Amino acid sequence: MTAPAPGEGDDPALALTLFVADPLRFGGIVLRGDGPIRDALIAAVTAALLESGPLVRVPANVDAERLLGGLDLAATLARGTRVMRPGLLDAATGGVVLLPMAERIAPDIAAHIAQAMDQGSIAAILLDDGREADAMPPAVLTDRCAFAADVGALRTVPDIGHPIPRQGAAVADVQRAALAVTAAALGVASVRALTLTERAACACAARADRSAVAEDDLAAAVRLVLAPRATRLPEAVPPAAEDEPPPPADPAEGEGQAPDEGVSPPADLLLEAAAAAIPPHILDQIERRVRGSGRTPAGRAGDRQRSAQRGRPLGARPGVPGQGRKLALIATLRAAAPWQQLRRSSAPDATGRVEVRKADLRVRHYEQRRGALTIFAVDASGSAALSRLAEAKGAVELMLAQAYVKRAEVALIAFRQAGAELLLPPTRSLTRARRALAALPGGGGTPLAAGLIAAQALGERAARAGQTPLVALLTDGKANVRRDGSAGRAEAMAEAAAAADAMARAGLASVVIDIAPRPTAEAAALAATLGARYVPLPRADSAALVAAVAG
Amino acid sequence: MGGFPFSAIVGQDEMKRALLIAAVDPRIGGVMIFGDRGTGKSTAARALAALLPPIAVVTGCRFGCAPEEAARSPDYDPAAKLSVVKAPVPFVDLPLGSTEDRVLGTLDLERALAHGEKRFEPGLLARAHRGFLYIDEINLLEDHVVDLLLDVAASGENLVERDGLSVRHPARFVLLGSGNPEEGELRPQLLDRFGLSVEVRTPDSIADRVEIMKRCAAQEQTPAAFAAEWADADGKILRRIARAKTALDKLAVPDALLADMATLCRAVGADGLRGELTLMRAARASAALDGAKAVARKHVAAVAPLALRHRLRRNVLDETGSTVRIERALAELFG
Repeated sequence: MTAPAPGEGDDPALALTLFVADPLRFGGIVLRGDGPIRDALIAAVTAALLESGPLVRVPANVDAERLLGGLDLAATLARGTRVMRPGLLDAATGGVVLLPMAERIAPDIAAHIAQAMDQGSIAAILLDDGREADAMPPAVLTDRCAFAADVGALRTVPDIGHPIPRQGAAVADVQRAALAVTAAALGVASVRALTLTERAACACAARADRSAVAEDDLAAAVRLVLAPRATRLPEAVPPAAEDEPPPPADPAEGEGQAPDEGVSPPADLLLEAAAAAIPPHILDQIERRVRGSGRTPAGRAGDRQRSAQRGRPLGARPGVPGQGRKLALIATLRAAAPWQQLRRSSAPDATGRVEVRKADLRVRHYEQRRGALTIFAVDASGSAALSRLAEAKGAVELMLAQAYVKRAEVALIAFRQAGAELLLPPTRSLTRARRALAALPGGGGTPLAAGLIAAQALGERAARAGQTPLVALLTDGKANVRRDGSAGRAEAMAEAAAAADAMARAGLASVVIDIAPRPTAEAAALAATLGARYVPLPRADSAALVAAVAG
Repeated sequence: MGGFPFSAIVGQDEMKRALLIAAVDPRIGGVMIFGDRGTGKSTAARALAALLPPIAVVTGCRFGCAPEEAARSPDYDPAAKLSVVKAPVPFVDLPLGSTEDRVLGTLDLERALAHGEKRFEPGLLARAHRGFLYIDEINLLEDHVVDLLLDVAASGENLVERDGLSVRHPARFVLLGSGNPEEGELRPQLLDRFGLSVEVRTPDSIADRVEIMKRCAAQEQTPAAFAAEWADADGKILRRIARAKTALDKLAVPDALLADMATLCRAVGADGLRGELTLMRAARASAALDGAKAVARKHVAAVAPLALRHRLRRNVLDETGSTVRIERALAELFG
């Protein structure tokens, strides 16, 4: 053994060592966390990687043109001959791209990088400072990265630059089966993840000069590759229960030396290793999903794009291309045309080509349809809660079913007992909505203020992202739980009124749907404070709800 | 990653069948593949393109035109002598952020600026001509780009009227879309334009997963040997496609069977004529692949989920999967 057997505490270092030794083989690594040594660590990784190939830093705000390369417009105009500029991905071929603030990468940029990773021409390091719990690097990239390491806890820069022999360590089928069972128990569907786990196990063995993969190698690979991808806790599924026992290794089939020193770790040992290594933020996600508000933060579907880049073309305006703005060529030439004679006379060496100045440049503009987000904030208190929630759920599904064309999204917040809960984060996926809403809790008091505040926060976030939010409040307006969770009708009502006032001042559009058997003065007053439409719907059914919201 | 042989793909029979049907009869109108990440969707699509024999392309034609359609290419020069080169079947991976310019083609900026010449620079559609256009995460693609793609896919021709250009060139390709319904659904009118749809799942069986790992490892370690190992099997598939293509036009579909298909479509509530037409074509291509003498009920039953499941009208209150509904209808009708 040339390297000491790594303990679990050294996992980030081990992941980095394996990655640095052969980046392209492992696709990439996600470095999460923002510890004291982060910068020093990145410097060390960079230095180690530069020994074997290029390393290119790609800022999160990069545009597709810079990423992929193309015509260098300024130089082409200046020289009158074609000047091409290589893209960042070209420059990184055979090496690594470093993506700081990976959680901010636009989906289209991520797609290009993922394509290059698929072709095996680059590997990626995704830096995610993990400050925003809901902002994760795009899943198209993280799925292609073998490792995810939490570097926030590191206090010293580990020693990572060890070369690892590429060839060697053999894996037995029974070991592969153990990995497959472990992945299934963790709810890891991606076959890519399995392949990467096997590679990691091989590299671990090679690092320790073993010719065959040992139990420790499997456990390490499971901790490094599978654990961060867990979508459920292993206890939920008894290991190996869902399939026939792993097939025994066929000695005739195993290429090279199949390890027969009795290295067949039972899957439950691996599972234990995996369960212990699931990072805390993944545990949080799993728990949220179990509670029924599952949205993998990575699935940021339908992200809004800036209007300088996408949507239907609207025409051209003066401006310098770059940063995602596209040159409108015809408009540019048209702008330059009247000046040609004048310019040519002042620049006699220019022969026959069009003289374009910076002021002539025109860029394209696009119209981006803003998506709508309907936030249902549902009073889930008291005895009527269940049927009310069921109708709200029906309304969400109906709206989604009708919303294909409009690209509208729907979210659902329920408030009851001590506070408000986001049951369905904004989505336009019917599939996801169904799953999230399958079990809806109800009963208890009415924390109206908490519900309003939660709806306002969500609405404001949506507005910042370019959406048009509408809050549909389903309540009888009778608050009796305060924001701190304590009971008290008068105080709760006062707090609710204050929250409603704040929401109105924030400029959020809303509609109050009074679901009490008889219309209540409280709900009407709430609507007045909010500046909202007031719709008494004593027998709210899904279709009527949708009609009320659609106005 | 280097090419993975088509025949070495473990399981995923439905996806493989759909891709083969599309290869035999491209008129089927594309395949939509639903499934999780990392389940080998793009690997299979890529493998199929790599499997097909090279095509003859007019030398210097930037639009990949076949010799018999040379005159339809904007690059056609009647004075020049027509020569032909062999080129691999194109496989174009359309990235998520693609703009209309890159897809349709646009004014050649270089020529325009440097030489004052108005020339069309072909886009991805021209590159995909006679091959495959693969769009990962099609449900996240801009709506107007998707509309545009479907228009061209249906007409087989790309017509550009913009930037002062007026260009038309042939663009026939098999559209392959992939997506995960959890990340935003496709509009029904868009789904309906796809000929077939498949749902890809990670293999449940541990044995299958182990087999996948083994093959991936073998391919990574010794790509050449791995390719050689599967060359025979790939060759067999290739011959099967070729035979099916020639047999396709001779295969008759009995009237009684056409009636069956119409009944089936009505029973499951598959909207529109497109469903029936696709079902018929898919059944015929499937029969041709099987080397059958005539199209029979079993061929219809085999492809009905592929051809119809994405066309069923969605019932918000009925959560029964489309596949189950089709299978139920098949069992009732065909017994």
